[in-house]
Amino acid sequence: MDHLETLESQSVYILREAYRHFKGLVMLWSIGKDSTVLLWLARKAFFGHVPFPLLHIDTGFKIAQMIEYRDRFARQWGLNMIAGRNKEALESKETFPDGRIGRIDCCRLLKTEALRHTLSGQWPRWVLNHQTGQYDCHEGGEPFTGVIVGARADEEGSRSKERYFSPRDRDSEWDVGDQPPELWNQFKTDFAPGTHVRIHPLLDWTELNIWEYIDREQIPVVDLYFDHGQGRRYRSLGCWPCTQTVDSTAKDVKQVIEELRSGRFAHVAERSGREQDKEDGGGLETLRRTGYM
Amino acid sequence: MTENTIGLEQMSIVVIGHVDHGKSTVVGRLLADTGSLPEGRLKQITAQCARNAKPFEYAFLLDALKDEQSQGITIDSARCFFKSSRRHYIVIDAPGHIEFLKNMISGAARAEAAVLVIDAKEGIQENSRRHGYLLSLLGIRQVAVLVNKMDLMGYREEVFQGITAEYRDFLAQVGIQPTWLIPVSAREGDNIVSGSDAMPWYRGPTLLDALDTFDKMPSPVDQPLRLPVQDIYKFTEQGDDRRIVAGRIETGSVRVGDEVVLLPSGKRSRIATIEGFHVPPQTRAQAGQCTGVTLTEQIYIRPGEVLCRATETPALTGTQLKVNLFWMGRRPMIPDKRYKMKLTTASVPVWLRQVVTVLDASDLTTDANRRQIERHDVAECVLETLRPVAFDRTSYIPQTGRFVIIDYYEIAGGGVITDPVTTQTRRVQEKAQDRDRRWEPSRITPAVRAARFNQRSTLVLICGPANTGKREVAKRLEERLFERGRFVYYLGLSHSLLGNEMGDHEADERDETLHRLGEISHLFTDAGMILITTVSGLDDDELETIRTLNHPNDCLVVNVGQALLSQDRVDLQLDHCRDLEGAMAKIEELLSTKEYLIEYYL
Repeated sequence: MDHLETLESQSVYILREAYRHFKGLVMLWSIGKDSTVLLWLARKAFFGHVPFPLLHIDTGFKIAQMIEYRDRFARQWGLNMIAGRNKEALESKETFPDGRIGRIDCCRLLKTEALRHTLSGQWPRWVLNHQTGQYDCHEGGEPFTGVIVGARADEEGSRSKERYFSPRDRDSEWDVGDQPPELWNQFKTDFAPGTHVRIHPLLDWTELNIWEYIDREQIPVVDLYFDHGQGRRYRSLGCWPCTQTVDSTAKDVKQVIEELRSGRFAHVAERSGREQDKEDGGGLETLRRTGYM
Repeated sequence: MTENTIGLEQMSIVVIGHVDHGKSTVVGRLLADTGSLPEGRLKQITAQCARNAKPFEYAFLLDALKDEQSQGITIDSARCFFKSSRRHYIVIDAPGHIEFLKNMISGAARAEAAVLVIDAKEGIQENSRRHGYLLSLLGIRQVAVLVNKMDLMGYREEVFQGITAEYRDFLAQVGIQPTWLIPVSAREGDNIVSGSDAMPWYRGPTLLDALDTFDKMPSPVDQPLRLPVQDIYKFTEQGDDRRIVAGRIETGSVRVGDEVVLLPSGKRSRIATIEGFHVPPQTRAQAGQCTGVTLTEQIYIRPGEVLCRATETPALTGTQLKVNLFWMGRRPMIPDKRYKMKLTTASVPVWLRQVVTVLDASDLTTDANRRQIERHDVAECVLETLRPVAFDRTSYIPQTGRFVIIDYYEIAGGGVITDPVTTQTRRVQEKAQDRDRRWEPSRITPAVRAARFNQRSTLVLICGPANTGKREVAKRLEERLFERGRFVYYLGLSHSLLGNEMGDHEADERDETLHRLGEISHLFTDAGMILITTVSGLDDDELETIRTLNHPNDCLVVNVGQALLSQDRVDLQLDHCRDLEGAMAKIEELLSTKEYLIEYYL
């Protein structure tokens, strides 16, 4: 087996363990390349099916193509698609783009808080109705206890210390110093009531692996990752006010791979276009300890 | 780094050793000197150090967490990546502090090779030994020992020779022969990626070159098939009628048409298809692959069973195991407490039956008089599972010879199986014997009771697959016997407790219920009654449990439909019970022939 087959096999194993042990399971789909690979791996694991819902936290500031792409494949692949958002903050314009608060607080409100309350079922969930193509508002959902996330160890320091199965307490807090042991593919699948577990099937993948796999499997990814003649493209996707394009002329997957392998990005941090990282001295740790993905 | 690296293999290595001996610095150096750091990273850390008026250290690259920077130690294993001209590496930097031993083990258990770092100035310390021993237990055989901080000792050869001689002796005792022993200074970069002018007396490879000499463990394709069943999928709602048995092939290979046996149940079937998504059709799958197969016979399978090929050496099965175990739990491991064992994909209640010896891994002294296993102990002991499990000796197939123990929701211990044990009394037997010892016998003997009630007492167990009308048979039988003046009772155990489709929790509950059934049955039959009950999906071992607890009283087994029990354990086989009265006649005939229903008065 080559390195992509090894990575794929490990991720599939983790996804199947998650599905076997958690009743309230959900997968976060940010529409980015990593969680799209994760979604593809789920289809691999379950022989073409995705037997749990996908959750997208919609900050309202996502780039339009991302939402369009999400809905296209949610319909095509018959996904149980849920959107969650911080309705209150958006309606009262408590956001960074509206000029009321800083970037970190905006991330906390629109992403962390929205995620936390959507997972717990306290806030409404918007569920894709495959008949109408619209999202219906559902109140009072059951809490999700297993959350599958596409975090990779090479993204930044704190993520490199994650477990494949990582428990969070009631308030989504992460106790970094006291994590459960993981050995021989035995993970933490037993958990006390009130806690939930984050599951990280992509932990061992690098950015390059992700693109190599996209290439091998011909996985459709959102167009924003490629240059359309302006000499700029996105390397990492997020909200438009806080995500910068990078100088690049990579027009397709193969060119992106070439650029990562030996070209201009071989030595530049992937999240260098993400402004919130720079404001948090601990390399996202402040955000992550309280539940940021 | 412009070479084409596609298709290059990937290897995980772990860096371990005593706290403060410089593990993170070694890794930081490796990353920096192989040019594997993103540009932003080095600048970011240097800037942070400057801001906080701290000298730059390579370790800060890894100890990215705030806690670690302020305490200056590694708390959890961090992963990072670099590549040589030979392959991609994932480096796991494991913490050396004893408090974080479970983190070290998590890191090391993933690795294919290990780098063990010893401080030249401090020499061999407690965790240098403990980590060395754990490597041996974890099955890691490719080891490079670094004697670090040689710069602090004037790069003197005799310092290096002294430490390596002592440590080599220690490793030999635990069965490890280090492939390389390398004098380095990670801070100065000596012998990490480039050689060292300061140590001309050393002629061996640098760390990077040493790593490149390690080999990937060959994928165990040539061993017998072990496919632990992870789950059974049927996505009927999505219009998919395949019943797919999913799991990862740990060893060996499997082909369409192979006859397979599932252990511990012993059921047999044949591989009909090998399934996959977005792959060309396949007729063979092999070790390392997460696959899915369909079978020609629709037999009932529980997750945790191991699929083996009928023509190859099968896995062992049993309930008692001799193991080497290390304990990480906050509370000690004690006898007579119920824990959970996870062995491949099986999950089963387990008890500590006997502590043979406890080893202090920091100096290899043993203690044969301990009753329990304390945190950070390594023990040779005997464990007993509630149900039989399929396994191998770790020396034969490591993948199916290792397990973890769960205590209070946490993985608290890990171990390897050295041998099966067959001589010890099982827990359930002990339980029954203990009960019998305490039993105050009545003066009315079974014979006297039999004469009074005009019957001999027995348990009538009606079993077979779910939904075959067993309960109707049981209830009707009770009515018929009752109408004829027999002393009879139908025990309606909740179907939800004895259902067929089960997760781990339900499986545990089922075992509890079957134990209770054995105990209840013992009471009723002792009182002279004919007790009738139904159990779906009863297997040989479960029947044995009920019989043991019901002992010395009798038990008759009636199976309806497909037989899940071995043939010699079934007293009466009914293919179906659509003809209820016909079934009654057969059961009553059995009861009469075996003289449970006595047709005459004494």
